[in-house]
Amino acid sequence: MSAAENKTEAPEEQGFDGDPRSLLRSVVESNGLVVFLAVLAALVVGAVLVVFADESVQDASSYFFSRPMDTLSAAWGAITDAYVAMFQGSIYNLHADSFSGSIKPLTNSLTFSAPLIFAGLGLGVGFRAGLFNIGAQGQVILGAIMAGFVGFAFHLPFGVHLALAVIGAILGGALWGFIPGLLKATTGAHEVIVTIMLNYVGLYLLAWLLSLESWQAPGSDNPKSPRIDETAEWPSLLGDSFGLHWGFVAALLAAWGVWWLMERSTWGFTFRAVGANPSAATIAGMNVKVTYVLVMVIAGTLAGLAGGTQVLGTEKALTTGIAGSIGFDAITVALLGRSRPLGIVAAGILFGGLRASGPTLQVQAGLPIDIVLVIQSVIVLFIAAPPLVRFLFRLPDPRLVKEVTA
Amino acid sequence: MKLELRGITKKFGDFVANDRIDLSVEPGTVHALLGENGAGKSTLMNVLFGLYDADGGEVLVDDEVVHFAGPGDAMRAGIGMVHQHFMLVHPFTVAENVMLGHEQLGSNRLLDIEAARSRVLEISERFGFNVDPDALVEDLSVGAQQRVEIIKALSRDANVLILDEPTAVLTPQETDELLDIVRQLRDAGTSVVLITHKLREVKAVADTITVIRLGKVVGTAEPTASQSELATMMVGRDVTDAVDKAPAKPGDVVLEVTGLSAVNELGYTTLDDVSLEVRAGEILAVAGVQGNGQTELVEAIIGAVKATEGSVTLDGVRLLGRSIKQALNAGIGFVPEDRTTDGLVASFTIENNLVLDLIDDPRFSTRGNIDVDAIESNAKDRIAQFDVRTTSSKASAGSLSGGNQQKVVLARELSRELKLLIASQPTRGLDVGSIEFMHQQIVAERDKGVAVLIVSSELDEVVALADRIAVMYHGKIVGVVPPDTDRKTLGLMMAGAHQEEAA
Amino acid sequence: MTTVSASVHTGPATSLRSLLSQWKAVIGYAVIALVSLIAFGLGTESGVSTSFTVSQTGDALQVPAFSVSSQPVTLTLSVILFALAGYQVWAQLRREPVGVWLPIAFGLAFMGALLTWSGAGRENTNVALTGMLVSGVFLAVPLVFGAMAGTLCERSGVVNIAIEGQLLGGAFLAVVVASVTDNAYIGMAAAPIAGALVGALLALFAVRYWVDQIVVGVVLNVLVIGITSFLFSTVLSDNPEFNQAGAQIGAQGGVAMQSLPIPLLSEIPILGPVFFDQNALVYLMYVIVIVFQVMLFKSRWGLRVRAVGEHPKAADTVGIKVNRTRVRNTILGGAIAGLGGAFFTVASGLSFSKEMTSGKGYIALAAMILGRWNPKGALLAALLFGFADSLRIQLGVIGSSIPSEFLAMLPYLATIFAVAGLVGKSRPPAAENIPYKK
Repeated sequence: MSAAENKTEAPEEQGFDGDPRSLLRSVVESNGLVVFLAVLAALVVGAVLVVFADESVQDASSYFFSRPMDTLSAAWGAITDAYVAMFQGSIYNLHADSFSGSIKPLTNSLTFSAPLIFAGLGLGVGFRAGLFNIGAQGQVILGAIMAGFVGFAFHLPFGVHLALAVIGAILGGALWGFIPGLLKATTGAHEVIVTIMLNYVGLYLLAWLLSLESWQAPGSDNPKSPRIDETAEWPSLLGDSFGLHWGFVAALLAAWGVWWLMERSTWGFTFRAVGANPSAATIAGMNVKVTYVLVMVIAGTLAGLAGGTQVLGTEKALTTGIAGSIGFDAITVALLGRSRPLGIVAAGILFGGLRASGPTLQVQAGLPIDIVLVIQSVIVLFIAAPPLVRFLFRLPDPRLVKEVTA
Repeated sequence: MKLELRGITKKFGDFVANDRIDLSVEPGTVHALLGENGAGKSTLMNVLFGLYDADGGEVLVDDEVVHFAGPGDAMRAGIGMVHQHFMLVHPFTVAENVMLGHEQLGSNRLLDIEAARSRVLEISERFGFNVDPDALVEDLSVGAQQRVEIIKALSRDANVLILDEPTAVLTPQETDELLDIVRQLRDAGTSVVLITHKLREVKAVADTITVIRLGKVVGTAEPTASQSELATMMVGRDVTDAVDKAPAKPGDVVLEVTGLSAVNELGYTTLDDVSLEVRAGEILAVAGVQGNGQTELVEAIIGAVKATEGSVTLDGVRLLGRSIKQALNAGIGFVPEDRTTDGLVASFTIENNLVLDLIDDPRFSTRGNIDVDAIESNAKDRIAQFDVRTTSSKASAGSLSGGNQQKVVLARELSRELKLLIASQPTRGLDVGSIEFMHQQIVAERDKGVAVLIVSSELDEVVALADRIAVMYHGKIVGVVPPDTDRKTLGLMMAGAHQEEAA
Repeated sequence: MTTVSASVHTGPATSLRSLLSQWKAVIGYAVIALVSLIAFGLGTESGVSTSFTVSQTGDALQVPAFSVSSQPVTLTLSVILFALAGYQVWAQLRREPVGVWLPIAFGLAFMGALLTWSGAGRENTNVALTGMLVSGVFLAVPLVFGAMAGTLCERSGVVNIAIEGQLLGGAFLAVVVASVTDNAYIGMAAAPIAGALVGALLALFAVRYWVDQIVVGVVLNVLVIGITSFLFSTVLSDNPEFNQAGAQIGAQGGVAMQSLPIPLLSEIPILGPVFFDQNALVYLMYVIVIVFQVMLFKSRWGLRVRAVGEHPKAADTVGIKVNRTRVRNTILGGAIAGLGGAFFTVASGLSFSKEMTSGKGYIALAAMILGRWNPKGALLAALLFGFADSLRIQLGVIGSSIPSEFLAMLPYLATIFAVAGLVGKSRPPAAENIPYKK
């Protein structure tokens, strides 16, 4: 399988060339508009599901032909309930007594976004280097295992302990990235298959570790590790009443670091060249095999940090479900963010918000969190196929627009 | 069967590839379609074959207008085509390839492989092809694959056979065999359309010649026309073979290759005890039919292919066993034979392509930190100096024409102090203007005292540029001769004859 | 230039690296054989024995339980492993391709050694051989369907990562339709529709809009998980009558999709119950594998599909509609995976639950690769993985010192070895994941 080479590749650099006529063109062609419309379309699909599942709509639809307005208003009610709940669960709580209560949902969203940003950044680096890394899930798990182990098994002073736990997360993730990178470089094994398989190997490894008595909380038989020491936790960012912790800031710093790496460093230049045309990169004296290994290690490092953030900042103990679906969500984050750091931060916050709204959705609108998966995947599908979005919204084809203005 | 094209027009965006082209192929004749690379020959044939939809014009078979929605229609009408890049499924056998698309079924509704085998054998025997129907195509030589393509077309009872640049990959000997086949086909009543830019072949076999240039028919000619007349029609002006250059002033030996051998991944020998030297201030051109080890030779020199034996030194420093990067840093400039796959990153900007192998150079980065401004100003200079036609240095390299892409590659490779410039097929697929520009730049580099190694399968180019010519055949250097050696001798050497026998 | 990328594998014929890459398959086999020899062969106490039971209660023909001396068996199996590695050497020296049977036989022998070693010296425990094989075949069912789906899609040049979603969709629709119609067979018949829908989406994005096929596949899996989980938590939990376990389908207390023993054949010891005392879905699986094995390699349709997957331009120039072929195959493949999804619900007698396919779609993908993109190979590889799964369960029953998590990793590790070329060469269709643009 030749993975990312055939991806709809955005031009490496694009700019607005100052011609006023091309302003319209760039708006119509812009990723921004497509992204906005894709989100809109996904919300519509979500609304359809909400209406379908809503009992009052089902009740009203039984007499649809006698009083159709009942069905429609019930449907409208269900949809607004759902999206109001989503808004309240992820951005601003209208019913809270205090300011801090009102913005708590937003801080929750940011907390959820931190691991998504980390792992999304890792995947983005891989995509741009032409590597289709489906293995973030396994890398997250390994990062979480190592960070968690350092967190609960060692007892060190604050600062040193956290630093060591973070290094553990990095090493765990890097190892799980190194394996497929090395196999690709030496044997040509395709990274898609190897990383998928390593996800499961990582999952069973975690399950086995948590079945060991030494990894379980004392006096408990559950597959859950002892709580990590406070010295290994990411300190909270806004005080103890909020879940938001410094891991989020670390994710933003990582985004800046990845931007520098990809856009301003010779390494990143090499990564991009290898991703876009490995053959030309070889002839230009770049070592493609070493690049593959390096990129996978960096991708694994970032995904490992995502796992570390989960353990050290959010969950504070290792469980079999520690990675949730972060690794897979991160794929959608990286795709939505077009593998660019700023885009990934924005997409990570968006999807973090969707995730954060889960409990509110359940309580206020009686909807399961799974609707978020639907919205998420529909957004990414539409974004991957701009012509489909243009077709759905009857936008002009940019190629035609070009001919007219040319 | 008579085939006629009237007013065929095909556009790609704003680019008119075919502009109201008329062409008439009489039954039982060989009709040559002569034109430069990029003149629109292949586009025209793809329109005829139903692979492209024409924007205007019509196709007539036996004076009746036909419309081909796809290649299937064209084949049913009795038109067969042998594409420049063979359309063969490699893991299939010859018989499977021949039957594909018009399979005969046996009584059990499954494929009748026996029928296909005997069909292959029958055609193969009729023309003396000697093709095994059960051989896997991937195991066949290029010449044999071409014969499979011809069998494929004939097995569909093609009355008109289109051959698109059929000799590009053949040895002179195989070329002669092919031309014999063409004559045989014509005598058996099949019309042949021969698409080529090679004058010798046209004169050897064509009954009628249509010349096209820049998408338009510029005229027809008789095969009795002289080569220079044909060349003038094809190019649009008088063509002077010779590049304007002073005699070389060779200096010290810069590149020394001794006893170089290499094998490919299948274990076949690609380089067999090759020795040559290139001096400062001279151009050594390696001539030969494509696939005789030239590609492997330059790749072994720069370190892209590992040699099994021998040595390569640059100014006395051993190169073999080093990485490509070390070879480039040692002072080699390299223009690869396929610019789109090896020379450029199409999605990168022109700016970035101009520093593709220079990103670690202190001019463009310090301690891993890229200097964006330096890259931009470098691009401005290079674009001006090499007259790269583009709207912006931030346009993608893929948006450039072939000639401008090649200028970018050459501009980049000449951006550092070179001891040796290696250029593989430096002008393949370029128009005449770009070819002249490239040749001037290469000669100018020689005059600066750089050693230059050119690999070209175009004899014209070799003769025009070379101070000395090395001829390769089957991985060996057959001989090194002066540039005024007559072409017949060169041709025989390219077929493996040693200089003494050839002369 | 192709020569450069090809030359990556080329080195001086004498260098260590090229020796390694040339002989890595042999090295892989030899290492595993050595592990078996040391751990299971020499690691088994001499003089102890392993007991196996063959007959199940109620079998007409009762075969008594038997014991074998453990160490001779594990040693013999280890020697067989070495012999298979030796065969690989022999074939490689003669430059002959090695069939799929070799890695499969290798895997079976390895598992046999593991099983004998695990059961060694356990006086009161019998290894239920037949039961294990029966459940192995049954557990292989979704893998076979999934691998068949992958083979059909990839042979035409479309990578189908969405097998997981197709299985899940099939499982969901099967149980809903079965519950509503009160007939498990109608549910099974409906399952392909869900898979075909997912396949159609894959085709739409991959073939029509040229979106990277791996991206679409991964995202479609998320989408199907989202939709089925959402509907499970809302509609199905509000209306449990739409999601009945097999026991309730078909009224009058009959368990859905019962075993249908084939007369005579099912009486054969071991083989009978393993292959011929299964339910309709399993028999359907045999038919599908045989039909597509013949169709893919002997029919006009198959020749054209393979041409499209190898060299679409060549297929186009002889008048084959490339994208139409791809769309049809992708939908057909989706339908077959959807049918396999019926395994999880109506064929197993279970109601639907969230993400109940739990990664089987990815193991199916692995079976397709190990089976080298042909139906017969996919069947064998899927059976191997099915047996590995039932071995894991069996070892859990008799108690083993190897944690079950490690046994659960085996299929995934085997796949990594396979794609790394450690179990022989495999070549995917050349045009896979490359959209065809004129």
